[in-house]
Amino acid sequence: MKEIILAKYGEIALKGDNRSSFEDILVKNIKRRLKRLGSFSCDRRQSTVYIEPLNEDIDISEAVDAVAKVFGISAVQRCAVFPKDLAAVEQNLNYLSDALDRAKSFKVEAKRSDKSFPLKSPDIQQKLGDAVSDKFPHLKVDVHGPEVTVRLEIRDNGAYLSAKRIAGQGGLPVGSSGKALLMLSGGIDSPVAGYMMAKRGLIVDCIHYISPPYTSDRARLKVEKLCEELTEYCGDIRFFCVPFTEIQEKLRDNCPEEFFTVIMRRMMVKIANNICDREGYGAIITGESLAQVASQTLPAIECTNAAARFPVFRPVIGMDKTEITETARKIGTFETSIMPYEDCCTVFTPRHPRTKPRLADIIAAESRADFDRMVEEAVEKTTVKRFKFGERTVFLD
Amino acid sequence: MIYLDNAASTKPCAECIRAVNEAMENTFANASSLHKAGTASLTLISRARAAVIGGMSLNKTSQLSGEIVFTSGATESNNTALCGLNLRGGKIVTTAIEHPSQARVIDKLEKLGHEVIRLSPKDYEDFEGAIADAVDEKTALVSCMAVNNETGFCVDVRKLYKDVKAKNPKTLFHTDAVQGFLKVPLDGDLISVSGHKIHATKGIGALFVRKGITLSPLLSGGGQQKNLRSGTEPVELIAGLEAAINAYEYKREHFDRLKAALTDGLSKIPDITLNSDKRSLPNIVNFSVRGVRSEIMLHALEETDICVSSGSACSKGKTSGVLSAFGVSDKDADCAVRVSMCADNTEQEISVLCEKIAQTAKNIRR
Repeated sequence: MKEIILAKYGEIALKGDNRSSFEDILVKNIKRRLKRLGSFSCDRRQSTVYIEPLNEDIDISEAVDAVAKVFGISAVQRCAVFPKDLAAVEQNLNYLSDALDRAKSFKVEAKRSDKSFPLKSPDIQQKLGDAVSDKFPHLKVDVHGPEVTVRLEIRDNGAYLSAKRIAGQGGLPVGSSGKALLMLSGGIDSPVAGYMMAKRGLIVDCIHYISPPYTSDRARLKVEKLCEELTEYCGDIRFFCVPFTEIQEKLRDNCPEEFFTVIMRRMMVKIANNICDREGYGAIITGESLAQVASQTLPAIECTNAAARFPVFRPVIGMDKTEITETARKIGTFETSIMPYEDCCTVFTPRHPRTKPRLADIIAAESRADFDRMVEEAVEKTTVKRFKFGERTVFLD
Repeated sequence: MIYLDNAASTKPCAECIRAVNEAMENTFANASSLHKAGTASLTLISRARAAVIGGMSLNKTSQLSGEIVFTSGATESNNTALCGLNLRGGKIVTTAIEHPSQARVIDKLEKLGHEVIRLSPKDYEDFEGAIADAVDEKTALVSCMAVNNETGFCVDVRKLYKDVKAKNPKTLFHTDAVQGFLKVPLDGDLISVSGHKIHATKGIGALFVRKGITLSPLLSGGGQQKNLRSGTEPVELIAGLEAAINAYEYKREHFDRLKAALTDGLSKIPDITLNSDKRSLPNIVNFSVRGVRSEIMLHALEETDICVSSGSACSKGKTSGVLSAFGVSDKDADCAVRVSMCADNTEQEISVLCEKIAQTAKNIRR
């Protein structure tokens, strides 16, 4: 019995004339994710990508999990393929054993996208439902809240039987919305922000600021590990690492303590501006959540935002910590984020940061040193690394 | 020397020796130290963890996700796993063929009030089925070896794990994979492995702990290894373990050939019975030379520099009771010889062994 995976489009199905460009990117992304598991063919028909394993020894459940992490897919279904003949399906209901043996209730959902098939969907449901009941007599039919839904789809190329469907990530395929630069710290929020924007189709690359000797090698490794973890969802990631010590020391020596954090964040944004210019990013992404800390109050965000020359996306702005944490756990970055290595945001933290800074005061404070030159220098000294999907290079646990 | 006692211990491979040396020269810092040298040790250890998990997830099919705790060896791994769990007085299902480093801990738990069921392969056609059948809603733990050290008998732990979880998802599953690591596909909530059975050094082992399982540690102290095993990590031995894992290849066909040569040679000697059966891995062959006590055979072979084992080396010549769980009579168990091979052994060596056994049998039985 041949088994294949059906990946159903999410939002792409609603696109108009440019739909095929989204589909092209989606299929490319799926292929890239599956490459490490063996060879597959991917065809798209009827708002679905048909993924067929081409080697014998492929582990389909692993492939299903990999496909379920690709943005742009609403559901992933593992199916057995039959000729378009109900009798053939009924003879092979064994296929459902794994899902049905220990279930208590089921229903059948039939879909007939090939309208030349003689039976209508309700008739298919009736017949197949009877056959399943005969084969698995312990099951009750429950059309409202079944434990397992058995699906049969009559499509142009065959009949597809399935009892295993898992939700996809939704969103749009990475690469269909352009590319942006994520300000990645070692915390919980910024990886989540990156994940969320990749979900809207952005290629997400990361920028991180280090301040040796105030921050350690391990702090940088931790962020690199986060990058590597994000590749599971975002695909390959470029990692820009900016030396930030001199700016922070200059700040400490020349500016009022209560403004440290806000000015520091403005400098980070200015550096990000330059990298965006140079590398062609269309936006900056941050993990700011309104009023979570002093530098994320509305007046503080106003000040940081004023330093940006690109749109700043803050996808977690309206989420609270528990919601962000939940997502971080789901995408597997939480454990790394809570490793106890300090990043540069906590260097020279003011005892009493100003929660309502005024932009004019901030700009006046900044004029006490030649920060523009230092920003230029930091950009010049920035190093770049690439993290590839499926490759593990960072070891820190 | 013809060394045929690889189930007792193996010779460290060149890759392991090189890695241990290199770590002693260059990566000797304490992994808890925050400087560069400490980070280098930490990175090495973390990389080795990935290698151990990789070795357990043979064929990529099982997605093991959890921690790797480095221990001093399999005895500590088994003790950490079995003593660290909070079983709340639940029932334990295990087998009668386990290694003492597992069996004695289970005995202790039994004395503490746990009901223990021990199953013997001789009683069942379908051993895995019998173990799964013994699991009910009160079963807190199933503990089972993947490959038996005395006969090479295999338990399909991957299938068993699935069946046990289907029967009771709350039952925890411990696999003693000392002889199975890198040789057969594994699964489990807790998996014990040892370094010196796979051409790494003695003094290093590991325990896999599946995500979500809470263990209380045997050793308290500096809180290393996520507080699961305090004590400075032996980075040199860990480096050796990693290198040995990466270099290891289970040469099934090679062992099949050696086993065929051995059984063929033994079949020409009168009154020999095989205690390993078709469910045994081919690298371990256990047989009884009737009328010649194990120890006598062992020392006779030793005279010509052939090293084999009587039953299992850990029991120091004592019959362990494990063979009787396979249906071997006490009389035969008294005369049991275990030949355990590694990739370096040759058919030539096996033929010398057979010759010597034939000669010894003839001399002693006289």
